[in-house]
Amino acid sequence: MREPLTLEPTLSDDGLVELRIPSRAEWVGVARLAIAGIASRLQFSIEDIEDLKLAVAEACTNCIQHASESDSIAISCRIQADKLVVTVEDSGQAANHASLAPKQLGEPKVGGLGVFLIRSLMDDVEYELNPGSGTRLTMTKFLRT
Amino acid sequence: MDIKVNVRDHDGQRPCSIVDLNGEIDVYTSPKVKEAIMGLIDSGHYALVINLENVRYIDSTGLGVLIGGLKRVREHSGAVNLVCTNPQIKKIFDITGLVKIFGIYESEAAACENL
Repeated sequence: MREPLTLEPTLSDDGLVELRIPSRAEWVGVARLAIAGIASRLQFSIEDIEDLKLAVAEACTNCIQHASESDSIAISCRIQADKLVVTVEDSGQAANHASLAPKQLGEPKVGGLGVFLIRSLMDDVEYELNPGSGTRLTMTKFLRT
Repeated sequence: MDIKVNVRDHDGQRPCSIVDLNGEIDVYTSPKVKEAIMGLIDSGHYALVINLENVRYIDSTGLGVLIGGLKRVREHSGAVNLVCTNPQIKKIFDITGLVKIFGIYESEAAACENL
């Protein structure tokens, strides 16, 4: 029997906020609202909050569109003094490497914009591709003083 | 987190169809936007103005719908202009380079006149 999904964010002592959403389009907006709330609490600027919302939503969308056999997406936000580190992870079959590689936008086309946006909006982005156990995207946004 | 879509005709010097979007365009709501735009094109409307003034958020799936619409109307020598005043939305068009392929205007009148 499948375990119930945890839908409420929890704040632990080490500054970690975790959220798990069903791997379905209608839940991406919830992840977006959650990251906006966290970033707002950390005094990120409105522009940076919008960047974080879009980057996290794009990461979730990638999980939904490219990871098969994943029923949920885990989002964890590690809060540090000068930065927010967000990890988005699915448990499905990994997206192919080509779709995650850095790319230049020449003639824009349908698809492929999500990863480009994440790399453009966040200060640091790392992918871990684990064949058979999913993809983990770790992205960092620094607080600007 | 929803999108409202309204389609209307514009009777000016350059007749066109205007698509008013109100809300957030993401992976969940973009199919509704796609249906409206492709429906217009399939019924022979190739001069489109898409009004994003009341759009608070757009992601890559929303951009994909707009690009798909533009490609489709170009097959019929048509055009798509956008109305966009939200700085955050404009920023997304800037960093993706889409400012170079869409006509983006600050008013509906300008978007219609320059089709």
